[in-house]
Amino acid sequence: MTVPLLELRSVGKTYAGGGLFSRRRVAAVKQVSFTLAAETPEVFAIIGESGSGKSSLARMVLGMSTASEGQVLFRGQDLAASRGRSARLDFMRQVQPIFQNPFEAFNPLTRVDRYLYATARNLTGAKNQSEAEAAADQALQQVGLSLTELRGRFPHELSGGQLQRAAIARALIPGPSLLVADEPVSMIDASLRMTIVNLFRELRDRLQVSILYITHDLATAYTISDRIVIMRQGEVVESGDARAVLAHPQHPYSIQLKNSVLSVEGAWNDDDDALAHGTTRSTEGTRP
Amino acid sequence: MGPILAVEGLKAYYQMRYFGTLREVRAVDDITLEIQRDEIYGLAGESSSGKSTLIKTIARAIRPPLNVVDGAVRFDFAGQGPRDIYTLSAPELAATRWRHLSYIMQGSMNVLNPVRRIRHSFVDFAFRHMSLPMPAFLRRVEEHLGHLSLRPDVLESFPHELSGGMRQRVTIALATVCRPDFIIADEPTTALDVVVQKGVLEMIRRLQREMGSSVLFVTHDMAVHANLTDRLGIMYAGRLVEEAPTRALFRQPLHPYTAHLIRSLPRIGDDTPRHGLEGRPPNLASPPPGCRFHPRCPLAMEVCQQTTPVMQELAPGHRVACHAAAQGILP
Repeated sequence: MTVPLLELRSVGKTYAGGGLFSRRRVAAVKQVSFTLAAETPEVFAIIGESGSGKSSLARMVLGMSTASEGQVLFRGQDLAASRGRSARLDFMRQVQPIFQNPFEAFNPLTRVDRYLYATARNLTGAKNQSEAEAAADQALQQVGLSLTELRGRFPHELSGGQLQRAAIARALIPGPSLLVADEPVSMIDASLRMTIVNLFRELRDRLQVSILYITHDLATAYTISDRIVIMRQGEVVESGDARAVLAHPQHPYSIQLKNSVLSVEGAWNDDDDALAHGTTRSTEGTRP
Repeated sequence: MGPILAVEGLKAYYQMRYFGTLREVRAVDDITLEIQRDEIYGLAGESSSGKSTLIKTIARAIRPPLNVVDGAVRFDFAGQGPRDIYTLSAPELAATRWRHLSYIMQGSMNVLNPVRRIRHSFVDFAFRHMSLPMPAFLRRVEEHLGHLSLRPDVLESFPHELSGGMRQRVTIALATVCRPDFIIADEPTTALDVVVQKGVLEMIRRLQREMGSSVLFVTHDMAVHANLTDRLGIMYAGRLVEEAPTRALFRQPLHPYTAHLIRSLPRIGDDTPRHGLEGRPPNLASPPPGCRFHPRCPLAMEVCQQTTPVMQELAPGHRVACHAAAQGILP
């Protein structure tokens, strides 16, 4: 058995809240364990409502905060034990983030291509501008863009879809083995959303990169992920193969979640659907 | 009685002058639509399609550089006869807002004043429209909150003490406590997760039925439209491209953009691949000539690059602005 890419061993995260005299402890993540194998890249989805601890989990995997309990192991190394700049850079070559809102992730006053060059220089050892440009262009090709389209552009000159693809290209420059995407499509327009989501699948196959896809959107998770975990109030309530779990959820919360997804068919096929039909009838009956 | 809202040939442009040159962003360009009494009219379109500008213009909540260049927005509130909202005097407008025309805002996190208790927000917004003494007014508010499954002690809370779903219900309660004739809802569920979203939508539906109001419901989420709205208009790049009863629109979309929006929806239990649309929405400062969708359109013909298609009624209540659809080519 080789060393897994990412292993979470009963990880917990507690935040202290309240005032000086009334300390309250909020457990945002409780006893979460899962493993991503190194040999088989996959899209691993973490699903949960707001406040379920999925973003806290992402921050711990990215090494942006440390776990209060348990261990986060990346290729067998405990993230809490890594120290120093070179260890941090090594880690950043392997694990890269993609954030929710590309318009907020990029500074509006900085040209987008600057981010790509900076990543290339810091993480791949590109020594001069032409090497940095070559690395940036190669990464942009992977996401269906090119440097000629992006050179000198400011974030407001690009559409949300282009900007999010540029963010993904930036993350790909060091050749990472894990991307952590926290709600990457929730700010993207409907007509472009599937382009980004399909891109994750392609990247997994083409570049052998695993993707931790954090979302509250069950439908896209179903479309692209291999395995999922469903979280509620910091705890994993259900996990397993994405298709199996979403087709036949077992836990009451997963069932509730699935039933709450609005579908186009459900609007008319299901006559008991209160939203579409039932309310009018039931209120008419009680009116004086 | 006629429709409660008639928008005729409305054009609203952002007009900016740089060193004597006029730069126009045509965010709402020649929109004509009617909203009937007691219906939920959905408006769909992606960001920068002009839907937020349209509802701001309808509510007369605009300020320069956004100007109304042409057209009329006529509201006909019960028994008053149609009147252009832009001809109302300031006191008339103040009396109309919230009493007849109210607004459920996007992002409930940000619209409630964070340093005032919810009770104060209700007093600020609704008290003067109700002509009730304060204790009776507060009783009425509590009763209305109960209707939305909120406990009366919510009134004494600050916004940050409530969950996202509760806060959104408070903004709905604020917008509906005066039982207005017309409610504009701008993406009221976009920031909520699925379980809460379903509850909030059910609530909007129930209130609308009970009060017999009209709702203009704006969201880019087609699944929400399918479940909530009676009629649906699709906006693209500042223009209305298709309008039909929601069910007919989903069953047979006539505009290629609408067809794409519906087909690209991922579904649980359906493994057929979904594709995004190539290209990007046009820059409204210099939109492409002819049909604004033609650079991304799979059915684009020569005529689409030259002539702007006009809205035509191809089936009862089903209007579409597309050259291909007019020739009977279905997307």
